[in-house]
Amino acid sequence: MNGVTVATAYVGPMPERISREDVARIAQLARLTLGDDELDRFTSQLGDILDHARDLAALDLDGVAATAHPFPLRNVMRDDVATPSLDRDEVLAAAPEIESHMFAVPPVLGEPA
Amino acid sequence: MSALDTAAQVRAGQRCALDVVEESLAAIESRNADLNAVLLVTADAARAAAASIDRRVAAGEPVGPLAGVPLVVKDNTCTRGLPTTCGSRILNGWRPPYDATVVRRLADAGAVIVGKANMDEFAMGSSTENSAFGPTRHPIDPDRVPGGSSGGSAVAVATGMVPVALGSDTGGSIRQPASFCGVVGVKPTYGRVSRLGLVAYASSLDQIGPMATNVADAAAVLEAIAGHDPGDSTSIPEPCPPIGAHLGDGVDGVRVGVVAELMGDGIDPAVAARVLAAAEVLAAAGADVVEVAIPALRSALSAYYIIAPAEASSNLSRFDGVRFGLRVPASTTPEMYERTRSEGFGAEVKRRIMLGTYALSAGYYDAYYATAQKVRTLVLDGFAAAYRDAHVLLSPVAPTTAFRLGENTEDPLTMYLNDVCTIPTNLAGHPAMSVPFGHAEGLPVGVQVLAPALAEIDMFRTAAVLEAGGAE
Amino acid sequence: MSEWETVIGLEVHVELSTATKLFSGSPNHFGGEPNTNIDPVTLGLPGALPVLNRSAVELAIRAGLALGCTVQPSVFARKNYFYPDMPKGFQISQYDRPINVDGSIELPGGTVIGIERAHLEEDTGKSTHVGSGGTRIHDADYSLVDFNRAGVPLLEIVSRPDLRSAEDAKAYVSELRAVLVTVGASDGKMEEGSLRVDCNVSVRRPGAPLGTRCEVKNVNSLRSLGRAIDYEARRQIDLIESGEAVSQETRHWNDDTGRTQTLRSKEEATDYRYFPEPDLVEVDPDPAWIEEIRSSLPSLPRERRHRLVDELGADPLSAAIVVERGLDRLVFDAVAAGGDAARALNHARNNVADGEADRLDAAGFASLTTMEADGALTATQAKTVLAELIAEGGDPAEIAARHGFQAMDTSELDALLDSLIEAHPDDWAKFCAGEQKVMGFFVGQVMKATRGQADGKVVTALLMGRRP
Repeated sequence: MNGVTVATAYVGPMPERISREDVARIAQLARLTLGDDELDRFTSQLGDILDHARDLAALDLDGVAATAHPFPLRNVMRDDVATPSLDRDEVLAAAPEIESHMFAVPPVLGEPA
Repeated sequence: MSALDTAAQVRAGQRCALDVVEESLAAIESRNADLNAVLLVTADAARAAAASIDRRVAAGEPVGPLAGVPLVVKDNTCTRGLPTTCGSRILNGWRPPYDATVVRRLADAGAVIVGKANMDEFAMGSSTENSAFGPTRHPIDPDRVPGGSSGGSAVAVATGMVPVALGSDTGGSIRQPASFCGVVGVKPTYGRVSRLGLVAYASSLDQIGPMATNVADAAAVLEAIAGHDPGDSTSIPEPCPPIGAHLGDGVDGVRVGVVAELMGDGIDPAVAARVLAAAEVLAAAGADVVEVAIPALRSALSAYYIIAPAEASSNLSRFDGVRFGLRVPASTTPEMYERTRSEGFGAEVKRRIMLGTYALSAGYYDAYYATAQKVRTLVLDGFAAAYRDAHVLLSPVAPTTAFRLGENTEDPLTMYLNDVCTIPTNLAGHPAMSVPFGHAEGLPVGVQVLAPALAEIDMFRTAAVLEAGGAE
Repeated sequence: MSEWETVIGLEVHVELSTATKLFSGSPNHFGGEPNTNIDPVTLGLPGALPVLNRSAVELAIRAGLALGCTVQPSVFARKNYFYPDMPKGFQISQYDRPINVDGSIELPGGTVIGIERAHLEEDTGKSTHVGSGGTRIHDADYSLVDFNRAGVPLLEIVSRPDLRSAEDAKAYVSELRAVLVTVGASDGKMEEGSLRVDCNVSVRRPGAPLGTRCEVKNVNSLRSLGRAIDYEARRQIDLIESGEAVSQETRHWNDDTGRTQTLRSKEEATDYRYFPEPDLVEVDPDPAWIEEIRSSLPSLPRERRHRLVDELGADPLSAAIVVERGLDRLVFDAVAAGGDAARALNHARNNVADGEADRLDAAGFASLTTMEADGALTATQAKTVLAELIAEGGDPAEIAARHGFQAMDTSELDALLDSLIEAHPDDWAKFCAGEQKVMGFFVGQVMKATRGQADGKVVTALLMGRRP
């Protein structure tokens, strides 16, 4: 099957129910700000949804390959031939803020990851 | 009138494409204010396209198989220069600088896009209540949902605004609203239709497909949009077979499997009864009806609600306020990201981004994402075994008929359970379609025909038999 | 430092010389007008889909084979993080299934450095930080992003921690660059950013387990690489010797201050949430394609060095320099045209600058070395003739004649020696008594008297002949 095959089955227990701190950490990773109400609600809702997924832990998945693609294709490649670029003015017109034909953003506060 | 009849008349010069389009625009004008099925009416472009078709007909030039057929496309399909919102505030006002492959192919076939259809934000939902631009209403009962996420497309077809429409289906988003609204809805084999220009929800599950008032129109639209696209690496490198030519083949000798796991607990008995009635119609037409068991389907929903949000969490990272769409100003870029995304995305989208981010995060990847991918293998294996006993499968499309607005919004898990019958085929990449098959308590019910990968012909000929025998 | 061992591993990102980007037909060209080489894929527009560039795969395989790697089926993954110049919010890279694994590189000195992997990934756009405080990121009022570079194909080559000194690290990068340029994978221009180096540095007592490492970023030249490694190793040793521990972190090299500073700690490291890229499929190159690429590889620097040593008797250092300058072909051609190998090697090593090989034809170069070997030109004269040959071309014999260069008659030299011996009887007595160093005095006097026209070897031979 196409895709990444994880060599060993996951044998550990399903993780603990998701906590409010987990939800806050995940929101940070996903670049979302959640209010207190949202944090509470998501903690409870995500917990329920993930609990439902716990039945997966009961399955015997030993030796089962992972499927990343439903229709296995391989070696899909294109020729190294240039295609026309988009019109810069049209693209920049859609941008929230531009300067000197570049996309402007507020201070980034650090190097990329 | 069917889309194919309309096209035939336009080609023969018996009707003007412009008149057809005007009728469609008028129908939208009269019904859309109440239903909110169409977010954007592209009247000027549609009139221009129709006039061009009429000129070509007059000049004796060839026009396509869908000449003059008006249609709406779901608003997650890129249309050059025309707003494409995905039902989200975050894309409000964005005009893509390019057309989706399906949009180009529709134009080549002579079809005329008259509008962009409402949808659950980023196709996440089963009711079209998650649109930032208000819910779409059910055509029979305005207090009910039309299903989703392609609810706008389903309602536009069901109310005669257009004869055909395009939706997208990641976990049932074409088939379930088709069932709720009493129209035909098709999810093709994964890779059959190019995803280039479809704003991604979950890339390994998404497929664009047709919605129509009848099976033949659906087949014609599918043939027009299907086929290899070198711009989509997951596109199947072979042409779409001539589906329409096989609609009259019947089901004599076809083995039809009724899926046991999708007929019991949680399925409204009135809905299950329609499936059994459909099986009888097929049997009467010469099919061998058997019951098949696919135990792996019990895990499919859980796997889906790990895999789809995981891919979505990544696909939706590009909505960051830098290059297009909404930006909520802030004094730093990290803050700008958070404000833009927090204000731009609705609750369901945030919930799925959170779920997917969690499933992929360090320490949880193996327990959730990697496990779900293995379950996906079990689902594929389960279908493969079932298809050794049957050529096509039969099941409900959704556990119930159209539910009430607000009925499932408080509890996301209940809403997700709605997708239990449709999700397995997305995980497997197989084709499946909803065929209207009568009513239950006054609301439409569809039955689902499922087929192995690439077996659209068998699926459609079965659907055609159901369509012919569907009268209650 | 001797009781400490520095352990270094390098991650080198090199831009591949394709015509278009890794996943779209947007031209692989940047540095000009901003945001001109952009398309939906480059900009990460909604609905855009990547399609892999076959040439990028081929160049990755070329580089991999040249580095002795095994080429294996590979899978692209998404590395998720937010940054304005990363348009999709994720970088498409190869993670647990890279295209090339388990190679090695032999440094000119003979040391073999392991290569763990060499995988394909896409480059980011470029951010310019603008503000009153200058272009430093923390002083910026805002930043401007140009996406011309976004999506350019990169090969990330990860060494094993086999390097033990800044010198070795520099030699490794030079050699790697030479290999990549030789096989046509990249132009390898470090100063223009088409080859970028991150280094992992740790220290330990020899034989002890590996110490805690720090990753040093922003090393933009070979010189910086050496300085950064030396600084970082010293910093870590000082920490340990003063009883503190090295903490695992990413550090930023500042070329102005000559120091590294903390960029982020291990705890702050981003959770990249890698997962297989669903919009791309597996790459499993046909073995026949791999063999075709292998058979088309040119001779590699290591092979060329060995050939100079084995066939022309070059010393290893000269061989390394000559190959690095790309002058080995000239030397071989000159020898084939009848030239003198030792002198050709010597000139290539010392008297021909980078890029000057094209201006020398093998026949002229060969006859120059022959004239020198035959004594028709002194070493100094040969150098002068060579310079003119490079600058203006022509025939070495004519150039020599124009300068009036001709070997001095030995009878003239004999007469000169007679007068010198007469003028310096004490020195001559010492020479005759076996004091070898006095020989230099007499040779020097001859050279002075002939203004360098005499051949030093001939003079030496004459002096030795006169010693009783």
